[in-house]
Amino acid sequence: MKQLLVFIRKEFLHVFRDRKTLLMLFGLPIAQIVLFGFALSNEVKDSKIAVVDYSKDIMTRQIINKVGANPYFEIESNLKSATDIDAAFRKGNIKVALVFPDNFSTDLIHTGTATVQVIADGSDPNLATTVTNYISTVIADYTASLSLQEGHPVQVQPEIQMLYNPDLRGAPNFIPGVMALVLMLVCTMMTSVSIVREKELGTMEILLVSPFNTTYIILSKLAPNLLISLVNLFIILVLSDLFLDLPVKGSIVLLVFCSILFILTCLSIGLLLSISAKTQQAAMMGSLMGMMLPTMLLTGFLFPIENMPLPLRLLSNLVPSRWYFIIVKQVMLKGLGIGAVWKETLILAVMAFGLFAISLRNFKIRLQ
Amino acid sequence: MNTEAVIVTDKLTKRFGPFIACNELTFQVDKGEIFGFLGANGAGKTTAMRMLCGLLNPSSGKATVAGFDVYTQANRIKQRIGYMSQRFSLYDDLTVSENIRFFGGIYGMSISDIKKKTSALLSELQLEKEAKTLVRDIPPGWKQKLAFSVSIVHGPDIVFLDEPTGGVDPVTRRQFWDLIYEAADKGVTVFVTTHYMDEAEYCNRVSIMVDGVIADLDAPARLKTKYQVSSMEEVFYALARNAVRKAD
Repeated sequence: MKQLLVFIRKEFLHVFRDRKTLLMLFGLPIAQIVLFGFALSNEVKDSKIAVVDYSKDIMTRQIINKVGANPYFEIESNLKSATDIDAAFRKGNIKVALVFPDNFSTDLIHTGTATVQVIADGSDPNLATTVTNYISTVIADYTASLSLQEGHPVQVQPEIQMLYNPDLRGAPNFIPGVMALVLMLVCTMMTSVSIVREKELGTMEILLVSPFNTTYIILSKLAPNLLISLVNLFIILVLSDLFLDLPVKGSIVLLVFCSILFILTCLSIGLLLSISAKTQQAAMMGSLMGMMLPTMLLTGFLFPIENMPLPLRLLSNLVPSRWYFIIVKQVMLKGLGIGAVWKETLILAVMAFGLFAISLRNFKIRLQ
Repeated sequence: MNTEAVIVTDKLTKRFGPFIACNELTFQVDKGEIFGFLGANGAGKTTAMRMLCGLLNPSSGKATVAGFDVYTQANRIKQRIGYMSQRFSLYDDLTVSENIRFFGGIYGMSISDIKKKTSALLSELQLEKEAKTLVRDIPPGWKQKLAFSVSIVHGPDIVFLDEPTGGVDPVTRRQFWDLIYEAADKGVTVFVTTHYMDEAEYCNRVSIMVDGVIADLDAPARLKTKYQVSSMEEVFYALARNAVRKAD
């Protein structure tokens, strides 16, 4: 046990001595999130709007003016009919369309409620959500002042409709995707490189000649990477809460538990890679090409898995990040509990312990 | 010289498929002896050494190291031996004293023992000032000597040196051998492979491997008399020129 601590201490020294790598490890998630945050706030400015006004009364005009006065929006065109909306979107210069039905103000004055359709381009989900949220706020603002004017409450119901991508996959997909990607990269690459480095240096031989237990070598290699990954996880969660307004809605314990399962899976993959890799470069390329690509492509955060051909869909089942991604989405974004993700958690647990056992067994006790 | 044997092998053999890397090696190394293990590349030196260190299981034959059986007591053997390979084997990004602490630590030495050993070792190597220097920043010659000292920091019975002076200048090599003599005087058995024939002269006895078998084994002086030559170089050449195996 004392030997294990000596070894873990050494591993931490390696990590802390290598400032460049350390910076990269912690810079990676921060850079990804900051970039994403900026991309988000930049694009919303001057979003062009198309308006279809069947009612053509003073109230609709007031709302349109109010929207147009907002710095985030710019009224691009007045369309004659709702059938032109699709064409306008396809031309690509508008981000959102407003449709006021017949009798808008009559309904509003007589019944106290009216509806307005807000149609957004769902293929850019981040933007679509933000834009529709802004418009809803502008409209709510207007009705609030109108209620005061009229002396009784009136309500305009924005009916939000997403074109092309109705369930808005993408936006909140990003954070779980970054989490899966960053954890996968750090764990797999760091583990395989640090073991292969000892092989290259010749120190692995010394370790194997010593009475030090091989399992201990592996455990101490994993310890710093586990810690770095947990710190990274924490950074991502804090940043996404502060800047992207994506707090952890569900149980943080469940989220951390599942993250540890995922981290263990990635560490084991790193171990497996280190067994076959002969040089640090090979280990690094192996983790980049072998792990990053499948993680990006087959996890579902860039490309929806449902739309893939059957062979790829089947293949994606083998990618651990796919299951982790689902868990994070359900727990963090939707606030669901273990009841909703027990299947994915189980799959991840089987992968984690299965791969760990395989890599332990294959890790060569004797140098050949 | 004490005649207590610390390494005893009897027809020790290692096969890799049809290839016989080591064929029925039988020899004995005594306590405190400096035993040279010579042979061309591919002759089977490293394989033999690995079997004795418990890194490789023999195919047949018997061997005991420090009184322990290589088949069943590899872990006991590991506790009693030190090892240094031709590749420089300390951690570049750790300081001198961190390296000593680590290697002492994995052999289970206590912190106070390590501290005592560290200061003794550093003063012996005149490296006191460099205790907190990263190993990558000290000159190559010092590293080699430090690596040797670290390999015996836990006080092993036997130290295995696998071409320890590869790529080192003659002066440092000479100093390195002074360290080996000092260790041997303290009763540490030194088992060393080398390519340098002048180093073979420094050994008490040498064995010369050719094509997986021990072609001859004796004190350097007696070998020279036997082959009627004036240097170990010529002894080696007389034995190795008939080798069939190509270097690996």
